[in-house]
Amino acid sequence: MTDIHTPGSKRTLGTDVIIIGGGIVGASAALALRQKGVAVVLLERDFCGSRSSGINYGGVRRQGRLEAQLPLSQRAHHIWARLPELIGIDGEYVRSGHLKLGVNERDMASLENYAQMAARYELPLEILDQQSLRRRFPWISPTALGGSYCAEDGHANPRLVSPAFAHAARRRGAQIFDQTPVSSIEHDGQRFIVECPQLQVRAPLLINCAGAWGHRIAEWFDEQVPLQVSCPNMTVTEPLPLFMDASIGIEGGSIYARQVSRGNCVIGGGQGYTTSDTTARPGREAILELMKIASALFPALANAHLIRFWSGIEGNIPDRNPVVGPSHTTPGLFHGFGFCGAGFQIGPAVGEVLAELIDDGHTPTPIDAFAINRFSTASSTLMSTCIVSGDE
Amino acid sequence: MSHAASLTTLPPVIVGAGPAGIRAAETLVRAGLRPVLIDEAAKGGGQIYRQQPDGFQRPAKALYGFEASRAEAIHASWRALLDQVDYRPHTLVWNSEGDELDLLQVRDQHYDGQPWQQLILATGATDRILPFSGWTLPGVYTLGAAQIALKYQATAIGSRVVFAGTGPLLYLIAYQYAKAGVEVAAVLDSAPFSAKWQASASMLRNPPVFAKGLWYLGWLKARGIRIEYDAHLLAASGEQRLDGVRWRQQGQEHQLDCEGLGFGYALRSETQLADILDCRFAFDELNRAWLPVRDAMGRSSRDGVYLAGDGAGIMGADAAEWAGELAALAVLQDRGMSVDRARIHQLQQQLQRTRQFREALEGAFPFPEQWAHEVADDVVLCRCENVTVGEVRALIGELSLQDMNRLKAHSRVGMGRCQGRMCGLAATELLAIGSGQSVADAGRLRAQAPVKPLPYAITPTVQQWSPSLSVAEEAEHD
Amino acid sequence: MSLIKRVAEAQRPAVTFHLNGQPCQALAGDTLLTAILSQQSYLRRNEFSGQPRAGFCLMGACQDCWIKDAQGRSLRACSTLVEAGMSVWTDTQPSTVQPQGAAS
Repeated sequence: MTDIHTPGSKRTLGTDVIIIGGGIVGASAALALRQKGVAVVLLERDFCGSRSSGINYGGVRRQGRLEAQLPLSQRAHHIWARLPELIGIDGEYVRSGHLKLGVNERDMASLENYAQMAARYELPLEILDQQSLRRRFPWISPTALGGSYCAEDGHANPRLVSPAFAHAARRRGAQIFDQTPVSSIEHDGQRFIVECPQLQVRAPLLINCAGAWGHRIAEWFDEQVPLQVSCPNMTVTEPLPLFMDASIGIEGGSIYARQVSRGNCVIGGGQGYTTSDTTARPGREAILELMKIASALFPALANAHLIRFWSGIEGNIPDRNPVVGPSHTTPGLFHGFGFCGAGFQIGPAVGEVLAELIDDGHTPTPIDAFAINRFSTASSTLMSTCIVSGDE
Repeated sequence: MSHAASLTTLPPVIVGAGPAGIRAAETLVRAGLRPVLIDEAAKGGGQIYRQQPDGFQRPAKALYGFEASRAEAIHASWRALLDQVDYRPHTLVWNSEGDELDLLQVRDQHYDGQPWQQLILATGATDRILPFSGWTLPGVYTLGAAQIALKYQATAIGSRVVFAGTGPLLYLIAYQYAKAGVEVAAVLDSAPFSAKWQASASMLRNPPVFAKGLWYLGWLKARGIRIEYDAHLLAASGEQRLDGVRWRQQGQEHQLDCEGLGFGYALRSETQLADILDCRFAFDELNRAWLPVRDAMGRSSRDGVYLAGDGAGIMGADAAEWAGELAALAVLQDRGMSVDRARIHQLQQQLQRTRQFREALEGAFPFPEQWAHEVADDVVLCRCENVTVGEVRALIGELSLQDMNRLKAHSRVGMGRCQGRMCGLAATELLAIGSGQSVADAGRLRAQAPVKPLPYAITPTVQQWSPSLSVAEEAEHD
Repeated sequence: MSLIKRVAEAQRPAVTFHLNGQPCQALAGDTLLTAILSQQSYLRRNEFSGQPRAGFCLMGACQDCWIKDAQGRSLRACSTLVEAGMSVWTDTQPSTVQPQGAAS
């Protein structure tokens, strides 16, 4: 990292790698690169870990992920095990167990199928019938027919964990700039030149970790990703006596719930709406529906109060997999974005993978399913459909 | 701030039935409209003119003193309005989405939606609080609470009480307690005596208010009630309840035994709803707070949303009445109805004069800026989440925090049941000092719905939920 | 021992309610806060410090006076009037949760 010169008021920096986006993926990549001794400048539009990485539900689970993500997720599981030594705080991470409930026979069949597949990735899941569910988790109403339990999955506090990755990277020498939006990027054949209002940064390598806005950066390099934003609703109750001793999901979506050690139940579900390009609010109908479902499943909530709800912006991709890996148009450019609302657990592993791709040129973790060129066929089909239907 | 008149068919909606809300409703009724008047309380009057429950017999004079005729006039207007407005007492507005408010009928915990095209927010204020050691002990209350106990319940917060802090309420409440036969052990004013004199010249612009203030002070002194200036709260003592108070005055520590302590540093606006409605905010030096901006008529930055009373900046009850009427006249104007321009001019002039007086008042009862420098690390800052001043200071330093919402995310300040109503402004003061910024630059806590805790019981149809129906067929979000 | 002191309006009819399982007298028009703090010195305990609380703002803003009724429902003591036959708990209700250690 060198300060090249300071023409006028604009500072100019040179470095090895520029990372755009200080969410958990970008910050983890910065930390992993610093551990390899690579110079890093990280540019964050808002504050590191203040967007979806910091305001998501906080699930740290492998269960329920698409098959393609399981190797990455298993790798992340080992990283989470040494969180305090990595980022300096425990981040309220607990391996509470993750219980995915089924409310009908179809759900139960699908949970069983999933468990069989997961076993091939050394992810042991225990299928519980209604009787054993009642015995082990008496606080769940008989609405649930059964469930699939993953003992070592859990949850953490994203408000603390995600910014802590950035702080850890900073402590290891990464140069991190909050409130520094990127206005343009050029590639002069050898280096990327990234322009921000007060700063210009140059580097031969660039990682795009811009979350729900990552497809816009990809587009600057002629790579199309059919990303659409979504705004998951989150709610939190007042502190309640501890009763919920596992993080809960429901097969097929619906709500998800966990209780933190202070007693608050964090419950997510349904969609909010965007109020700007970067902000979202919870939706009233979905909040009321969430409350209805949550109190049907968890009778202990009957007398509870919700004290806050919120939403944020996630980047969804139709196949529900993120974009991770090298650019197919621009040498030196790498992507790690579009985690479809499920990036918190795998984020730290993606950071390591990106650092390996940059420093070693390859990674032992399979990431083919996340290649950015997987959309090229799909998107041309999509385009011809649009032309035929005349929608645009 | 142009608010289009076209296609306004719904009745105006008013949130808050204090002096501003009642005068607004009355003005709209007079023009032939039937507004919706939503209020959390059982009866109209707001906090300042709060009515006692049925069955109480004290006359207005005993309850409201000099303001008795004002209070009686407001109550009379409220009674006259009852069958001329769509009145919704016991009702909390907890959220807004699009052009519809989300309501909770507090008594039966029932949900209601309220569509609006024109909305007057008259949401009032609460005490401005600066924590000190022991402020969460039973027996320690806000000045406003001490007054409500007396006015609304005919109770005192103890047999022997101390009042502390600053602001015009300080002397009024001391007077009201003493008058009710309660032993007032001391009044501890955080402002130096000189501030009163320096400010008095400009306060003379509003002789009745100034005279009232002097009268309370004289009354208290004539009865030998101890009044201390430049007195800064150090600690409320006691194990399970308050038994005494310690303060510092010119480098010396003092102590008094007491059973009740009321304190506060003037008032702060309740702005959550304006925030959720996306009204634009600006920093207001006089209130030392970010407030929703309004034009001379009370129009906010959002089309159809009007602001009146202390909820958009502290101006007092009289000004709230004028601002309420003015906001209603703006509503009528924007509906294309004719309004009395002379009346508008008169109200605006009265408000302008009040603003000048308010500036003088700020001189007489200045905000104790040294609080953030001097408050001890072990003081509980956030009484909901039990976060200390020291924890907050440490986080600001360690993480180089500069923004209130980041401070909230890291410290939990403002994340409890009260959503930062009690500790938010004090936390902003700490952040400003700790980050070397102005209070304005430290920012403000963004309001988040629900405005107050929302009971799960609002969804009584729980039993009807069928397991096959889910919020959305989507993956679990982390 | 009571925390607050009545200074007037003593002529109101008495109302009987139950506080922590014991019958108590209040006056018609009392809030639960008044009714309870005429009997004892606190309303609830903070979840994190365990310290007693007796309300603070009395105007429904500070949210520090929530108590439970016999059905486990939450009531904001400063803004709920006492009613004859009400049963409220400021301490752990023995029937719902096992008390830990000595009764407080």
